[in-house]
Amino acid sequence: MNESRTLNFRAAIVSVVILLVFLGGWYAATSAPGKAGATAGMTAEQIEYARMMGKDPGAEKATGFPTLGQMGKTVWHHLQNPFYDNGPNDKGVAIQLGYSLLRVALGFGLACLVAIPLGFVVGMSPLLRRALDPFIQVLKPISPLAWMPLALYTIKDSSVSGIFVIFICSVWPMLVNTAFGVSAVKKDWLNVAATLEVSPLRKAWQVILPAAAPTILTGMRISMGIAWLVIVAAEMLVGGTGIGYFVWNEWNNLSLTNVIFAVLVIGVVGMLLDMVLGQLQKMVTYVD
Amino acid sequence: MAVQDAVPGIAKPADGLLKVEKLGKAYAAARPVFADVSFSLDRGEFVCIIGHSGCGKTTILNVLAGLDTASAGNVFMDGREVLGPSLDRGVVFQSHALMPWLTVRQNIAFAVKSRWPDWSAGEITLHVEKFVALVGLSHAIDKKPSQLSGGMKQRVGIARAFSIQPKMLLLDEPFGALDALTRGTIQDELMGIVRETQQTVFMITHDVDEAILLSDRILLMTNGAETASGYKPGGITEVVVNPLPRQRTRATLHHLEGYYELRNHIVDFLVSRAKVH
Repeated sequence: MNESRTLNFRAAIVSVVILLVFLGGWYAATSAPGKAGATAGMTAEQIEYARMMGKDPGAEKATGFPTLGQMGKTVWHHLQNPFYDNGPNDKGVAIQLGYSLLRVALGFGLACLVAIPLGFVVGMSPLLRRALDPFIQVLKPISPLAWMPLALYTIKDSSVSGIFVIFICSVWPMLVNTAFGVSAVKKDWLNVAATLEVSPLRKAWQVILPAAAPTILTGMRISMGIAWLVIVAAEMLVGGTGIGYFVWNEWNNLSLTNVIFAVLVIGVVGMLLDMVLGQLQKMVTYVD
Repeated sequence: MAVQDAVPGIAKPADGLLKVEKLGKAYAAARPVFADVSFSLDRGEFVCIIGHSGCGKTTILNVLAGLDTASAGNVFMDGREVLGPSLDRGVVFQSHALMPWLTVRQNIAFAVKSRWPDWSAGEITLHVEKFVALVGLSHAIDKKPSQLSGGMKQRVGIARAFSIQPKMLLLDEPFGALDALTRGTIQDELMGIVRETQQTVFMITHDVDEAILLSDRILLMTNGAETASGYKPGGITEVVVNPLPRQRTRATLHHLEGYYELRNHIVDFLVSRAKVH
């Protein structure tokens, strides 16, 4: 116990050091040259000419990679007021996140409802498994962005298209893992159920499902990661609302600080989603 | 010491609980693993089958349990043909086969609920606790199998099989994976439970002393082998009736008269005769 505590402590210190090194590097790379330096060696006419051309040498750097200070200001601004809604192009971060999470919930939920029962059936029937295998193998590697045109054309609604694309991309890991988990249930346990004359439904619920649960949850965790990746990409393409749209919009505004902030938020939320499923997975894991 | 030679092809004409007639199993048509296996079990009897690995003992047990089908012959229990697994034939597997996500209590309750689905929660709990106490594991009743030792897990398997109160119990080398000390203790416990419940038992074992301690009759099985006159499939060559008094204990077993005769006979069989039918 003590050993793992000191290990955690030491790991935390190393993490902090890595972070500080990274922040230090950022600071060093973005420290702008002084105002005087920018205009040094230029005559008054040259400075006026430069200003007319739109390259004001005296002004503060408005473009270029943001400094730590600017980043900090943006982060604080967003965290202070995440829920504001000033119209279609100006919503708080939390509201955009809310839209994205809602789409993920719908798409992922739908994928669960389809993948797990279908995976169950496929796992129990070698015939179905072989019959469906070519379809699964062909559809699995298709990128979400490749699905978008088809989805938009047939579904027409951009939000529903986004949900469909999440569904079609996150269904495969769950399907494959569920089928595998169900087909790999130990024969011993099935034999026990047989000698106890357990009905097929009870066997499915009380023996096969708990036995396959860790594998199924691994599939769900992978699918959740994919769903979150997909929604950001889909929203960038389709726009409207959502954290992906926020990134793209801020990119169009050339507001790099907002872009970086949104990227960080995407990463953190992805981590949190994975942690939730990780907890669920721990709950169903058993030691054989 | 009374020895009966089982004549291949003729079943013992008793109205036994279990009747096995001319059982055979072949994976390749011309070379059956065993053939013409016939024996019967009376209610309350404890019968062991002994033989080398590969002779087909586990296959016979699986056929009796309904988990496997024979290539030839029939099995009848109480006059009805055995066509599949049944609650009337409880099985204790070689690897305990406990469900690792359930506690000891829940594992046995699963079996009890399968047998008596209309029982209330209270009735089930009472029944489960009775059989857990029977194998001496009341202190571990709410533990998961991963928290138990090998011997304890096997005890739970035995408790689970007994709890459904089957007509016949099938044990597939239940103590094979245990160390000698634990084995001895559990053998004593099993003998006590069987005597108390008058359970009919069919057991596979490699351990001669275990067979002599527990069983009323011992079936000696040979492997299939190539002989001078062609391939001879395996089968039961001898049925040995245990002459020792029924009330025996493991500690004093080797002092009983007739013990060494019986033991030597079986060991001789395993060493020299088991290979050829």
